[in-house]
Amino acid sequence: MNVILSVNALFKNLKIETMTNTYYDPADLRKFGSITEWSEELGKKFFDYYGNVFEEGALTAREKSLIALAVAHVVKCPYCIDAYTKDGLEKGITKEEMMEAVHVGAAIVSGATLVHGVQMMNKYNKLSM
Amino acid sequence: MATKSLKERHNALAETNKQLAILNGGIFESGELPYFKDKIAATGHTPLRPKKLEILQINIGYMCNQVCEHCHVDAGPDRQEIMTRETMRLCLSVIQNTGAHTLDLTGGAPEMNPDFRWFVEEAAKAGIQDFIVRSNLTILRANKKYYDLPEFFKKHNVHIISSMPHYTRGKTDKQRGEGVFDKSIKALQELNAVGYGMPGSSLRLDLVYNPSGAFLPGDQAAMERDFKKALKDDFDIQFHNLFAITNLPIARFLDYLIASENYEDYMYALVEAYNPIAVENVMCTNTLSVSWDGWLYDCDFNQMLGLKVANKITHIKAYDEAMLQDRNIVISQHCYGCTAGAGSSCQGVVT
Repeated sequence: MNVILSVNALFKNLKIETMTNTYYDPADLRKFGSITEWSEELGKKFFDYYGNVFEEGALTAREKSLIALAVAHVVKCPYCIDAYTKDGLEKGITKEEMMEAVHVGAAIVSGATLVHGVQMMNKYNKLSM
Repeated sequence: MATKSLKERHNALAETNKQLAILNGGIFESGELPYFKDKIAATGHTPLRPKKLEILQINIGYMCNQVCEHCHVDAGPDRQEIMTRETMRLCLSVIQNTGAHTLDLTGGAPEMNPDFRWFVEEAAKAGIQDFIVRSNLTILRANKKYYDLPEFFKKHNVHIISSMPHYTRGKTDKQRGEGVFDKSIKALQELNAVGYGMPGSSLRLDLVYNPSGAFLPGDQAAMERDFKKALKDDFDIQFHNLFAITNLPIARFLDYLIASENYEDYMYALVEAYNPIAVENVMCTNTLSVSWDGWLYDCDFNQMLGLKVANKITHIKAYDEAMLQDRNIVISQHCYGCTAGAGSSCQGVVT
């Protein structure tokens, strides 16, 4: 009985730990705008720039959203992944399109790793008789 | 996916006071988010008052052949609330004398009302400029007795507005039920075949898009472009306009938001997207909504929340357009749904 109680207490504590002791809190995303409070000029410039970047241009807002989603995964930004999954849904982007975009990002990351294999081969050949 | 309404399931949210308690409590009661009345007061829009009446929207019953997950009416095959011919007669005398240029019939599936055709025939005689029937499309394929409806609509020059949440099968069926997409496509092809939705055609066919989840609709013009291309390329279907409509947090959509733990984030998204310009044109300022039993409301959403017009006249039997214009519009936190982003109404964006 006591064991069960203490296990329950442990789980309860663990839950509190994970809820309060984390670097990333999903609720922080909606506070993003508050960075302007500590540097109004730069914050405003950033958000104006950001807003302009995502407007329809030579690329559609839809295409930009998919690029943003791929980059979000490459830079492993959980806020950006949440934001651009939602943005994609809002723009009617399908899950198949989203996953393909993630693979594009992943392929570039893999390629960036693997292309260094040439450097390894060069070095290997140079040092070998 | 549920096959019965919240009412039939005896879900607590079938009670309007329970829904209003949620909309007035929680993050609004604690002050985390502002009440709608305070938000519009801050931008000088209070009290919200009607402008010229343009649209008379009549809900002729909550019965529907579908049980869509997001339905703000909580409509379904089990709903028995159907407008009688007697109430329709009261509506007709209003339609014959109203200053509104648009008559908008909705439901449920309005076609399921046994007096639907009679009502359309009589209402069409009034010569209203724009006579809309909101059809869910699948009803046109649900039973043989409905197969001739495209011709019937054409005969009475009815403007069709139909729901189509996405141009892919998966997203459509998830929101509206298995098989809905294929039936909707067939119905759209039949409407096209009699001339509806074709370029230059006076037989108007518009589609309504509402998001299939806890997110807001994207840019209406961009969505229309995507829908037009996909439906033309894949199914040779054409239509005129796409209306992007925000899901309001009431009835089954509220139930979904709470069950999926999206309610607070969704309310945040609505409040953050608050657009004072949209407030100027919210549909309650140019619309009156009539329920199946003849009561009057500022909009179809207020109807579903049981919030009757704040006026001495509250029923169609005592209808007086001039007196009804002199009222304050009844609001609550669901109203944020109509003022988010480009705004939302039964005719799409309002800015």
